[in-house]
Amino acid sequence: MPVLQIEDLHVSVDSKSGIEVVHGISIEINEGETVCLVGESGSGKSVSSLATMGLLPKGSLKVTSGRILLDGENLLDLTPAQLRDARATRMSMIFQEPMTALNPVIKVGEQITEVLQAHTKLSNTECHAKVMDILEQVGLPDIERVARSYPHQLSGGQRQRIMIAMALVLEPRLLIADEPTTALDVTTQKQILKLMKDLQQNHGTAVLFITHDMGVVAEIADRVYVMNQGDLVEDGPVKEILTAPKKDYTRRLLSSVPSLVPRSPRPATSPKPALRVTELNKIYGGSGFLSKAKTTHAARDVTFDLTAGRTLGIVGESGSGKSTVARCVMRMIDPSSGGIRVGDQEIGGLTRKGLHPFRKKLQMVFQDPYRSLNPRLTIEESIIEGPVNYGTPKEQARTRAAELLELVGLPASAAQRYPHMFSGGQRQRIAIARALAMEPELLVADEAVSALDVSVQAQVLELLDEVQSRTGIAILFITHDLRVAAQICDEVCVMRRGEVVELGATADVLGNPQHEYTQSLLAAAPGRDWDFANFRPVAA
Amino acid sequence: MPIYLLRRVLAAIPVMLVVAVFVFLLLRLTPGDPAAILAGDMATPEQLDRIRESLGLNDPLLVQFVRWIGALLQGDFGTSLISNKPVIDLVADRMWPTIWIAIITLSLSVAIAVPMGVLAAWKQGSWVDHLVMTFSVLGFSIPVFVIGYLLIKLFAIDLKWLPVQGYKAPSDDFAGFAARAVLPALTLASIYIALIARMTRASLLDVLNEDYVRTARAKGLTERRVLFRHALRNAAVPVMTVIGTGFALLISGVVVTESVYNIPGLGRLTVDSIFARDYPVIQALILLTSGVYVMVNLLIDLSYSLLDPRIRY
Repeated sequence: MPVLQIEDLHVSVDSKSGIEVVHGISIEINEGETVCLVGESGSGKSVSSLATMGLLPKGSLKVTSGRILLDGENLLDLTPAQLRDARATRMSMIFQEPMTALNPVIKVGEQITEVLQAHTKLSNTECHAKVMDILEQVGLPDIERVARSYPHQLSGGQRQRIMIAMALVLEPRLLIADEPTTALDVTTQKQILKLMKDLQQNHGTAVLFITHDMGVVAEIADRVYVMNQGDLVEDGPVKEILTAPKKDYTRRLLSSVPSLVPRSPRPATSPKPALRVTELNKIYGGSGFLSKAKTTHAARDVTFDLTAGRTLGIVGESGSGKSTVARCVMRMIDPSSGGIRVGDQEIGGLTRKGLHPFRKKLQMVFQDPYRSLNPRLTIEESIIEGPVNYGTPKEQARTRAAELLELVGLPASAAQRYPHMFSGGQRQRIAIARALAMEPELLVADEAVSALDVSVQAQVLELLDEVQSRTGIAILFITHDLRVAAQICDEVCVMRRGEVVELGATADVLGNPQHEYTQSLLAAAPGRDWDFANFRPVAA
Repeated sequence: MPIYLLRRVLAAIPVMLVVAVFVFLLLRLTPGDPAAILAGDMATPEQLDRIRESLGLNDPLLVQFVRWIGALLQGDFGTSLISNKPVIDLVADRMWPTIWIAIITLSLSVAIAVPMGVLAAWKQGSWVDHLVMTFSVLGFSIPVFVIGYLLIKLFAIDLKWLPVQGYKAPSDDFAGFAARAVLPALTLASIYIALIARMTRASLLDVLNEDYVRTARAKGLTERRVLFRHALRNAAVPVMTVIGTGFALLISGVVVTESVYNIPGLGRLTVDSIFARDYPVIQALILLTSGVYVMVNLLIDLSYSLLDPRIRY
């Protein structure tokens, strides 16, 4: 008998309209098996898992029909108290963001102990021993100290290990993991995936793993279910799905995954330098009346050049200083020392007022298109605000805005609408149009495609490429995603802890990495052995 | 932490100095001559001059100010123009009733308002929530003296459960003290309860949407444990802030409440000295209340680090 058996599950919005968001899906997971539920945002994958745990947000979503059987027992028939008893003992869940999923004001050891107190009658000593045992199992160092720490005192990877410990301490039959590694760096992700695999083998847990990342799927899945807009598209063993997908949607999804194989180098067209950064340093903290003088060297002697019409990628994990460099280049923060030359002008030391004429030449596209557009302004108002500020007549700016919207693939009628009426991908196009309206020479894209689904990501990357070949703009592309970097960058600069460890043509750096850090990053990239777009393993 | 404390105390000095300048100027610039009041209606111009001279009212303002500050620093708040007693003694006499009322009010407010807010947030949209919100609008919008007289009418005159007004020291007669303190404290607390209940509800509603609340439920904890152990402490910081800033309401409420219930506290002293234009007393009282306000808010800021381990000074 399967551990979890979802039969014809329907979930609707809990209101009069009753719009259905999950249309009758069926899923089976056996003991010791890892099943991946894949899909883009809005596919209903998280909703299905929350329905299983009985954690659908009250008053907004409800199960309308179907059965969810855990070891043959229908969870939908349980009383709230019975369901509570089943959680953590027979089924557990871990979530995407380990910072927000742990209570910030309670020590992590106590948060695990709480599970034992709620479901067992163990004495304090027994509880403590069990907590220490599970902390040991999830591979945490110095467990006594970790148990006494608050979440913010631990790293992202450690926090996720705590979440896993909390979920597995009572050895549930089923573990649901909702994008558990999405918020982590690749090297940490690799460790966490391995940990989950090991624990699963030791305990025989059935794992329902929800992800949007095909690389992760290739790494851990036994079987795969593909979901799209509340429907189950197809399912099968992982090899079958990756090599011979039957449905168009699955094929499209796989084709959108950017390849780790770097793009072929483009010939350098213009020798005109667009950006030259020399020995840039940024030191945070240290000053202040009677305060502790603790400094962070966020960027150390960073030097690179970028010529017009080319794209330079800065890649690195969190804390590598890549965003600090981007913000210094934009002069959103002041560099501690070093030169930033845009075109022929040194802007590193300019005052706010002196900087004004050059702001126009530098524009930025941010990570989260949901928050980077002012929700109270129409698209047109957002786009023309900059040019009008620099003296362009309003009528002219409007005409230009219409052209730009067309350039980024949106109808001109979009101009009068508000940001909330657009999808994430469309908003990112708008953000790009807004940046281009200033006719900048340099576009800084800070994780500009990281929040987007792969199919949308592919389109936005294509758009950036197209815009670049039309306008000859230089792009500084900040990303943590080596796949994306491989597809869009001419040169890549790898950063770690504020320092550049490797800099060169993308084909060289990613194709034949010299520095061990770059090598370890590549080795950690999930699914590096798969060429998803061609439905086959990478030819060795 | 000690460095932070030192910094905050040092930062309070300029604040208090600005308060002192305002207090000093405000009273000098208001119409009405203290010498004339002291001397009474029948005084001759010569007598007035003599009084002004003895009080130093003829000196330039700056000289008066420096002299005044100098005396303050030595603990000399001057002498009451009316009773001729040192101001510091007057304040010390009247301090205890107000402190007692304030303590009872604060405890009562927190004890009533926090559970109310939690209940309203937990049962959001239900009749309980609507009841709490209605009460909090009423508590906020009905003036303190109206509530005071309504409570007296109901509990003291109609039901005869409690005395109408007055004050007894708790050391003399605790039962008498308690019976007389309940109504003033309730009166004063009404606006505070309204404020804190609203804030608790709003803050808790935010927290209930957090991921860690979902995690707590996923662990199979009971709703009570989710609410009180996981949600409430995270919701506490904004509530503490409101308790601190709302302290100003308490100060103004004290003035009215003590008049309504005839309590010989600082509030009554304030009203009496304002009517009598008893400058030294008014000045001392304003300085005292500002000082207490600054102190309370410092304590509140320090309490954040107890509530939330991420906040460290």
